[in-house]
Amino acid sequence: MNKRVVITGMGVVSPNGVGIPAFLEALQAGKSGIEFVPLYEELKFSCHVAGRPDFVWEELQGNYISDVTFYGLKGTNIGYGIRAALDAWRDAGLSTDNDEPLWHAGLVFGNSTADTEAMRNVITRVDNKEAKKLGSRVVEQTMNSGVSAYISGRLGLGNRIITNSSACATGSQAILMAYEYIKNGYATTMLTGSCEHVDTYVYGAFDSMRVLSRKFNNEPERASRPMSLTAGGFVPGSGAGAMVLEELETALARGATIYAEVLGGATNNGGQRQGGTMTAANPQGVIRCINDALTSSNVQADQVDLISGHLTATYADKAELNYWATALNRRGDNYPYVNSLKSMIGHCLSAAGSIESVAAVLQLKEQFIHPNINLEDIDPGVTEIAGIEKIPVTTLKKDINIVAKANFGFGDVNACLLFSKYK
Amino acid sequence: MTRQDILDELKKVLAPYTNDKTLLEGVNEQTDLLKDLKINSANLVDIIIDAESKYNIEIDYDAAEKMTTVANCIDVIQERMAQ
Repeated sequence: MNKRVVITGMGVVSPNGVGIPAFLEALQAGKSGIEFVPLYEELKFSCHVAGRPDFVWEELQGNYISDVTFYGLKGTNIGYGIRAALDAWRDAGLSTDNDEPLWHAGLVFGNSTADTEAMRNVITRVDNKEAKKLGSRVVEQTMNSGVSAYISGRLGLGNRIITNSSACATGSQAILMAYEYIKNGYATTMLTGSCEHVDTYVYGAFDSMRVLSRKFNNEPERASRPMSLTAGGFVPGSGAGAMVLEELETALARGATIYAEVLGGATNNGGQRQGGTMTAANPQGVIRCINDALTSSNVQADQVDLISGHLTATYADKAELNYWATALNRRGDNYPYVNSLKSMIGHCLSAAGSIESVAAVLQLKEQFIHPNINLEDIDPGVTEIAGIEKIPVTTLKKDINIVAKANFGFGDVNACLLFSKYK
Repeated sequence: MTRQDILDELKKVLAPYTNDKTLLEGVNEQTDLLKDLKINSANLVDIIIDAESKYNIEIDYDAAEKMTTVANCIDVIQERMAQ
């Protein structure tokens, strides 16, 4: 089997916009979603800023989940995931009220740690010899597959239901898996995406690694600066992205609106060899991943119009641009356009790949390239690799046909997807 | 507290676990929590924990197992409050 796979619905909970219309507007306007968080200063973190969605928790009640499910729901990541997933499902024009399981429809939804604030409640109660008071809702919210369980239960999804977890590559990998299941004929419809809530405990651990931005605490909107000379670490973000993938024939048969096509992709691991470590990518791994994604998609390197980079605002940015240059054999003026959504929303970790994929697809659908914000001091090392006009700082109206979206994560894990305009 | 007092208070404990709030209007001693109020069986644990805290009592596992109808709940709560 070799089915064509298209995107028929999307949803997003992003630091710079909740819901597709608001997010699209934010992308085109180059709107930052990074804000100062007083608590992080109080906790003596070195980074005091974060990308946090403007999320109204109470809106989940009724429209997204039942009153009973809402009562007692504490996991912020789960709330984000439910909202993005159901928005995507409804955007695809699919019913949210199904009496029978939808045996043809499955879910791959990624997540990092389950909510550690919820876990802290467990630890405190147990240590106080009050385990009996934990109640029935704790397990479902501290298990990593909590978000998948809530979404699949709400919609009655009956095909394969999988929670994946691969650090920063989680979201792209989820979409790739969902694509592969449809391509191979296992399901006709897959809801996919990922979520992340960077709570204080996860945040503190990254802060301790000294990989977070700390020099722009007084100017939050300027704090996330991929590819700039003053890039000094990433800004953590939270949120969720989701999309409905459908087999082309199924989508056409029901007259669905098609956003774009998933041409293919690849995921691999650098094996933490050849310079690859727990936290740094093996260059060969990244290059192979990009090349395998091109092969899988039947796309030539010179057909790539836009790279939606991983580009987190660390020393790895230049290395990444170089890997793309090598993999595509394109440099300078011949380099594809490249942008980093992290300049606006920070690094949403497990949600990065899905939110950035939603952005990539919107750029294809609406034919524009969103700006790299905070790039007033571009690193000369960057422009040695990619021509300066290929790294836009304002929104460009452009005919783009193919976007490559990649993420590279802890554990030397890589994932690359190729999206195209649907023709 | 009379049985009616407990029943009135118990309705408030049950409310968050009942999606269809209209079902609560007809609650009487014969009401079965699972069948009549369509409460998820896993939530019985939460109802017991909420009742413990509301009435400042402790409900052991054996007593909790009996709490499937409103009458049984009132029996257990009255008995524990008397101790």
